[in-house]
Amino acid sequence: MKLFWRGSILFFGLIILWQGMVSFFQLPPYILPGPWSVFKTWYLQANLIAMEAIPTIIETILGLILGSLLGCLAALTMAFFRPLSLWILPILVISQAIPTFAIAPLLVIWFGYGMASKIVITIIMLFFPVTSAFYDGLRHTEQGWLDLAKTMQAKKWRVFWHIRIPAALPFLASGLRVATVFAPIGAVVGEWVGASKGLGFLMLNANARMQIDLMFAALFTIVIFSLLLYFIVNIILRLLIPWQKEIAKNS
Amino acid sequence: MPMQAPTVYIQNVNLAYNNETVFKNLSMTLESGKFTCLLGPSGVGKTSLLRLIANLVPNNGQFLGKIHCDNSFPIQQQISYMAQTDLLMPWLTALDNALVSFRLKGNVTKEDILKATELLIKVGLKDALNKYPQELSGGMRQRVALVRTLLQNKPIVLMDEPFSGLDAITRFQIQTLAADLLKNRTVLLITHDPIEAIRLADKVYILSGQPAVLSSPMSLITSKPRDPGDPEFITHQADLFHALTQASGNSL
Repeated sequence: MKLFWRGSILFFGLIILWQGMVSFFQLPPYILPGPWSVFKTWYLQANLIAMEAIPTIIETILGLILGSLLGCLAALTMAFFRPLSLWILPILVISQAIPTFAIAPLLVIWFGYGMASKIVITIIMLFFPVTSAFYDGLRHTEQGWLDLAKTMQAKKWRVFWHIRIPAALPFLASGLRVATVFAPIGAVVGEWVGASKGLGFLMLNANARMQIDLMFAALFTIVIFSLLLYFIVNIILRLLIPWQKEIAKNS
Repeated sequence: MPMQAPTVYIQNVNLAYNNETVFKNLSMTLESGKFTCLLGPSGVGKTSLLRLIANLVPNNGQFLGKIHCDNSFPIQQQISYMAQTDLLMPWLTALDNALVSFRLKGNVTKEDILKATELLIKVGLKDALNKYPQELSGGMRQRVALVRTLLQNKPIVLMDEPFSGLDAITRFQIQTLAADLLKNRTVLLITHDPIEAIRLADKVYILSGQPAVLSSPMSLITSKPRDPGDPEFITHQADLFHALTQASGNSL
């Protein structure tokens, strides 16, 4: 409840500040429209925005799912076949040094103007945080559990399955939270670079035509969608991995 | 238990960590079916000795010597281990934690579940079977760990101060349980609590010094768990406190 009040105060405070700036500096609507006109555009153009939101949402969610799966797979491979990590990890780090924005046009050429290129960009953006968080968790299993398993003469892959993976899931969860924040950014970046659909495309178009109110309306749609997505993912993670707090306390 | 609990011989073992000697030429016998307690000042190497027997020496440890049993099986296949913390896994219920050794073998049968349930009920955890460790008190968690150890059904049990984190009354209760449930197994219990040793042990050793040496054992003969009112209890308590004070080396 406290959070709700704090959120509301923050939200309305920023709106008032925004309106204040527009009135005080007498800003014309093609520089900065007031909150009311943005809201009006949002309402009037709801159909257009909703239509453009659908591809963005699909790209984000597919990118999030595929990127997370790939990230998990990479982490599991590296943790289970330790010598392999010496080869994979540098490649991952190098791949992160390449700015996604810079290669986005190339990816559009390779994967086309459709959704595929946006999904690929999203995957590239969120793959690494998932891998590194999960890999970290897999490497730092509490020694006591491993000792216990050793005295029980457990096989390596069973220890991996029954102890190291569940113990690493809370780490994976924090990686997934970061990924959830990145995912819509990936999709929108992809749409900026080259697309015929999507909220990123709509923003770019509106910007070019000086329809700043429409641009803001699209922007707010993205923000709301991102927050909603984060909220939902967070709830799912908490339900699926209820021992997160316990592990955090130990380490 | 599939067989009579073996006697464990620890012969002339040397252990060093990063070239710093913990003990040299140490020999000790854990008698078949008896409860052996090992006391001593903290940091002297009690845990190291237990981990040596459990085959848990870390990579930076150098070990020489021989540890073997009087039957023909390798010792690693005959031990179960209880650490200072309960080592319960937060993603498993009490029942599943108790069954973890079977899960790690990849084979949990109905009989195993039945046996685990029975034992958990016997130690007073009837209402906690499906609770997670986070929801249990320290004493309850340690009882789950005890059941987990028992279900492994190994003739040798190695325990490293498993009850030290519990309050006096809970510890007293769990000692009674342990004395009953670990009967006829070859047990090594490390403890810093002389009273615990006197309640449970057939033989008490003190490890002290640097490098550490073992005292000659003190034998206790009455049946366990001993009551604090037992005359043998009181005599031995005094002896043990004196011996431990001497072992700690700093007179006040």
